[in-house]
Amino acid sequence: MTGLKIENVSMRFDLPDGGAVQALKDISIDLQPGELLSVLGPSGCGKTTLLNIVAGFLAPTAGQITLNGKRVHGPGPERGMVFQQGALFEWMNVRENVGFGPRMKGMAAKPKAEIVNHLLDVVGLRDFKDKAVYELSGGMQQRVALARCLANEPDVILMDEPLGALDALTREKMQGLVLKLWKETGKTIVLITHSVEEALLLGERLIVMAPRPGRIHK
Amino acid sequence: MAVLAALWGEFLTVLSAIAAALPWISGYILLILALMVVWSGVRRLLRPKHDYSSLKTVTFGDESAVVSNAVASVVSIVLIFVFWGAFTGSALLPGILHVPGPFSGTGTFDYTLTIPDGTTDNATVTVLVHPADVTTDDPVVDPGDGIALNDSIAIGSYRSALLRVADNDVVTRDAGAQITAIDGKDIAPGESVRVSFGRVAMTPKGTLNIMPQTGWQMEPIWLPAPEAVWAQAISVATEGFRGATLWEHLGFSLFRVIVGFLLGALVGVPLGYAMGLSDWFRGWFDPIVEFMRPVPPLALIPLVIIWAGIGETGKIILLFLAALWIMAIAARSGVSGVRISKVHAAYSLGASRWQIMRHVIVPNSLPEIFTGARVAMGVCWGTVVAAELVAAQKGVGMMIMVASKFQSTDIVLMGVILIGVVGFTIDLGIRWLERLMVPWKGKG
Repeated sequence: MTGLKIENVSMRFDLPDGGAVQALKDISIDLQPGELLSVLGPSGCGKTTLLNIVAGFLAPTAGQITLNGKRVHGPGPERGMVFQQGALFEWMNVRENVGFGPRMKGMAAKPKAEIVNHLLDVVGLRDFKDKAVYELSGGMQQRVALARCLANEPDVILMDEPLGALDALTREKMQGLVLKLWKETGKTIVLITHSVEEALLLGERLIVMAPRPGRIHK
Repeated sequence: MAVLAALWGEFLTVLSAIAAALPWISGYILLILALMVVWSGVRRLLRPKHDYSSLKTVTFGDESAVVSNAVASVVSIVLIFVFWGAFTGSALLPGILHVPGPFSGTGTFDYTLTIPDGTTDNATVTVLVHPADVTTDDPVVDPGDGIALNDSIAIGSYRSALLRVADNDVVTRDAGAQITAIDGKDIAPGESVRVSFGRVAMTPKGTLNIMPQTGWQMEPIWLPAPEAVWAQAISVATEGFRGATLWEHLGFSLFRVIVGFLLGALVGVPLGYAMGLSDWFRGWFDPIVEFMRPVPPLALIPLVIIWAGIGETGKIILLFLAALWIMAIAARSGVSGVRISKVHAAYSLGASRWQIMRHVIVPNSLPEIFTGARVAMGVCWGTVVAAELVAAQKGVGMMIMVASKFQSTDIVLMGVILIGVVGFTIDLGIRWLERLMVPWKGKG
């Protein structure tokens, strides 16, 4: 009973004008630990909705998500999330952002600092650890977000177009970093993207979604 | 309809006041433009700057290229004091810059008296114009001879005086004597004649109204000179005014503002958080807050006086109410303004509700709360002065109100300047605190 199971998930919500939207219809995905799944699809196909359901921010109207046999009811630290951008805390510096998860767990200062320093080495931001996050470039910010997510040691990492806002060169470097981290840590990763190239490059498995209603396109 | 006509009349009055001020306003604008041209000429002679914004060729329309010109600011402030000094005859300013002042010293004019039989005789009137705040006896003159005898009068500057010059003559007005000319120029009742030191008019009954020139300078009761205001500030600071020194007046006003603001923030910020975090609280307080927000605190003064009297409690309640709604709305929009991805990120990093509150929502709302605090402090400062104008034992508002009743315009002006300086300082202080505590503001 290990791995992430998405079982027959459907999402349908009412609109104020009396209509309804079928955002997702009957989606089932089975992910083994250590798999990297790319979810590809045009905008509006429900891929972010699906990710939000997996993360626990939304409750599906039908079906269920289980992680390692436990049903998902809300957000939790075992499912880390990397957002497109703007999810870093500006009131904390790079070090504090990365150390946020361990701090929430009440980890002592010393082991926390070790984790933070190690991860900043991994993403190559050691020299920037006392900088304010708004002083960093977009690519550096996403590296901080990645390190912050890893610091919490989640079982699954959910990425919602994390490289979408980056320029082509930075993006290529970041893709290499994601791939390297995946190989080194062996985490289960769900990556959402609208770039075919990125999906093919990163995805060990690839799912293409179609819109209205959001479903897996075979 | 009567209301409309009255309003139209008022409107015309306002228009005519504006029209009267127009030459002055346009003169001031011309001065600004002229100095701008002068400065652009001077700048060409200086070593050119090569920082980023001075290299921009498009500045008209590029707001970021428009940085406040420090030279213009300095000139503008200096000019205010120069104008102030020029129109008050300030001793701080060289006399050449003063606008013409009122006539002072001794002036004379001759009048021609005609008696019923047609004989005429001339006599001289000596006028001594002295500062208005001292009393002076009429100068002593030799009466001379003839039918008309010489007269004299002392007049305070900016004043005019009636003088029945014929009363000491051999043939008086009651006996049919009439004044027919001033300095050789014919005059009849209702007319006036220019003399060396001003004008002389004749009332319908034939009395002379002597009006020495008042010049362009302002009488101290309208506008005291800068040094008089400064001297008054020193005197109030050391000796006090109405049983309290300047510092006590200021201290009382600041005490009310700070206590009222802090209480308002202490209640308003949690209220705003509750409204931002719970739909029930939002629904409960929305009508109250949205109704109270547009009510100017000044409109509550009478009610607060009725309920709480004119003591400190009433004033602090008023300032509490002034700050409360502003702070509540600032905190509410600070909470609503948090990017949902930050909250989601914190949740998926394992934060509890309390930790989200402490580490995400509160810091994220700080910039909005500081903005609210600046507005609230400004409103509180304005409200406390107004409340003290109505009723207070101590305070800067009370100080200027009482001073105005005694026509101590210098204290009024000093108080107004002080109120402005303190308000500006409070704002600077909050801005400084803001830079210190929320350096990320606007960088999210």
